[in-house]
Amino acid sequence: MNREQVKERLTKVFRDVFDDDEIVLTDKTTANDIEDWDSLEHINLIGATEKEFKMRFSVREVSGMKNVGEMIDIICQRAGK
Amino acid sequence: MLQELCYPFDGGEILQKRKKLLRQLKAQEDNGISLRIAVLGGSTTNDIISMLELFLRNRGIVPKFWQSEYAQYWQDAMFENASLKEFSPELIFIHTSSRNIQHFPSVQDTPETCRQKLEEVYSHFSQMWERLTENYGCPIIQNNFEFPLTRLLGNREAGCPQGKIDFINRLNCKFSDYASTHQNFYLHDINYLSSCYGLEKWLEPIYWHLYKYALAVPAIPDFSYNLSNIICSLMGKNKKAFALDLDNTLWGGVIGDDGQAGIEIGQETAVGQAYAELQGYLKSYQDLGVLLTVCSKNDYENAISGLEHPDGILKPDDFTLIKANWNPKSENLLDTAQELNLLPESFVFVDDNPAERAIIQAQLPDTPVIAFQSVEDCMIAIDRSGYFEVTNLSGDDVKRSQMYKANAQRQSASQQFANYTDFLKSLDMKAEIRNFDEVHIPRITQLTNKSNQFNLTTKRYTQAEIEQVASNPAYLCLYGRLTDKFGDNGIVSVVIGKKQGQTLHMELWLMSCRVLKRDMELAMLDELVSTAKQNQISEIFGYYYPTKKNAMVKELYQTFGFSLVSEDEAGNTVWKLDVSGYVPQNHVIAVIPETR
Repeated sequence: MNREQVKERLTKVFRDVFDDDEIVLTDKTTANDIEDWDSLEHINLIGATEKEFKMRFSVREVSGMKNVGEMIDIICQRAGK
Repeated sequence: MLQELCYPFDGGEILQKRKKLLRQLKAQEDNGISLRIAVLGGSTTNDIISMLELFLRNRGIVPKFWQSEYAQYWQDAMFENASLKEFSPELIFIHTSSRNIQHFPSVQDTPETCRQKLEEVYSHFSQMWERLTENYGCPIIQNNFEFPLTRLLGNREAGCPQGKIDFINRLNCKFSDYASTHQNFYLHDINYLSSCYGLEKWLEPIYWHLYKYALAVPAIPDFSYNLSNIICSLMGKNKKAFALDLDNTLWGGVIGDDGQAGIEIGQETAVGQAYAELQGYLKSYQDLGVLLTVCSKNDYENAISGLEHPDGILKPDDFTLIKANWNPKSENLLDTAQELNLLPESFVFVDDNPAERAIIQAQLPDTPVIAFQSVEDCMIAIDRSGYFEVTNLSGDDVKRSQMYKANAQRQSASQQFANYTDFLKSLDMKAEIRNFDEVHIPRITQLTNKSNQFNLTTKRYTQAEIEQVASNPAYLCLYGRLTDKFGDNGIVSVVIGKKQGQTLHMELWLMSCRVLKRDMELAMLDELVSTAKQNQISEIFGYYYPTKKNAMVKELYQTFGFSLVSEDEAGNTVWKLDVSGYVPQNHVIAVIPETR
C-alpha cells in the first residue's frame, strides 16, 4: 500500500466523519484547515481511521501527530511491517 | 426507524457516520416526544451524548441535553446551580464509573476501616441522589460500577474486604437496594454490560489517558443503546407483543412437511433443546404482560399440531392470537394489530427467514425485526435488543395477556347478541372513576406516555408532573378503571382539566384502546360533568390536536354533544359544553361510588 492509496482511503474516512464530500487532504492538512475538526471530532477521526486500516495507534502516536502527512507515515509504517 | 441504528448494529460505523445519521434523522419529519436530559459526568460524556441522541431520535424521542463541565457531576448536583435550574431537567443521568471511587480500601486497612470507606463512598452518591430528587423531582438514572482492570491481590480481591472486587460488589449491592426502594431511580447496569462487551476491551486504558473516557470509545454505542432502552421504557416506548414465525423459529423443521413427529423440539436432540430453551424464554415474557402471537405461513391445523407437540414449552393457549395462513406476513401482522387494537409498531417480528424479515422492514418500517443466524443466537438477539426493557413492574403489566385473552372471548360473545347495547349490558361492567391517588400514579403516567390513538391532546407527562397536577387544586383529574365479567381491565382512562374561573379546560383526555366501544368514555364524561358541577364549573372546553395516530377521536367531542368553537388550518379544534343541561349518557356501566 503506497502513500497515495493510503491518502485515498483516509480521505473517505474524513469525508464520513465530517459528513463533507468536498474534503481534499494533503500532507500539510491540519485541524486548522477543517472547520469541524476539534478535539472531540479528533477522537472520532482516530477511531474511524483505526477501523479502516485495522490497526491501533499508541498513546504516544496520537499525542504527537501534527498533520495528515504524519498520520499517513504511521499507517504506512505499520502496513510495511 | 433507520435500520443502521437498530440492534444488532455496527458501532464503529455509527461512530464514523454519526453526522450523516443525525442529518437523516432530523430530516424525517415526525412529532417526537421532546425530553430535557441533564448528563452529570464523572468523566468525558460528549460521545455518549451524541450516540444517545441518535438512538433516542430513532425511537421517536427528541432529546435536549445539559452537560456538566468535565467531571463536575457531584458539584453540579450538590450546590446551587442556576444553569441547571433554568434548564429544568425532565431526566437526570449520572455517568460515573469505578474511576470515580475516591476511597478504595488499601491492603493494610482493618475490616472496620473498609466498612467505613464503603459507607463514605456510598453516601457520597446517596446524598447526591437525595439532593437531586429534592431540587428537580425528575427520574434519575445512575450507572453502577464496572470491575477494575487489574487485581493486585489476584483472586483474593473478591474474597476479603480489602479487595477492590469485593468493594465494588458491595457498593453495587447498596446501589441496587436504593433502586429497589426508591421510585424514579433507575440503575444503568454497566457491570453487566462491560462483562458482555469484554472488560479488557471496555477498559482499554488509552481512552482514559488520551481523552478521559471511563470506557473505550468503540464501546460507547453499546453503552448509549443500553441507556436509551431505559429512557425509551420510561417514555412509554416499549413494545407490547411478539409476532412469531413457527417453522425453524420456534421449532426445527417444517411442520407441513415433517409432521408433528418429525419436527425438532424438546430434550431429545441438541437442536431440539435449543428450540425448547428459546420457547421457555419467550414464555417468560408473559409474566411481563408481553403478548405472544403467531405469524406463520402454514395451514392453521398444521400450526396447531406443531404447537401441541408434547415436548414443546409453548402451547396454543399461550398465544393471544394465531395467524397461520398463506397471506403475506405484513398483512397478517397488520390484521393481528387491528384485532388486538394495537399499532403495528408495537410488535417485534421474529423470523428465521431473511426474506420475510425484509418484507416486514419494507412494508412496516417502524416494526422492529429480530435478525439471527441460528436458533442459539435468537434468544440473545431478542434479549439485547431491549425492546421490552422493564422500568416499572405494575400489576397491570403482569395481567395484560390475560386481559387481551378475555377481550378475544368478549368478541366472540358479542356475536351472540342481536343488539350491541344488550351485549354491553351482559358484560356486567363496573367502573371505578376517582381522583388521582398515590398508588395509581405510575400507571397513570405510563398511560399518558403510551396512548397514541384515543388521545385528544397527546400531552405527555412525567411522574413528577402527574404528582403536581394531582395535588394542585386548580386541576380536576380523574382516572377510570373498568372491570367486567371476563376480568379486570385495569386503569384505562385518564382525564385532566384545568379550572379557570367557571370554565374547565381539558388538557388531557385519553383512553386505552383495549376498551374501545364499551361506552367507558361516556362514563368518564358523566363523572367529569358531575365533578365539574360540584366545583361550580359552568362550561367545559375540549381540545383536539391531530397527530398521525389519533384520527379516531377527531369527532369525539361532537359525539359527546359539545359544539365547535373554532378550527385552525392545522385541524386543531376547540369545543364547548354547557354543563347545566347535561343529561348522563352512560347506561351500560355501573359506576361504583367511592367508599369513605
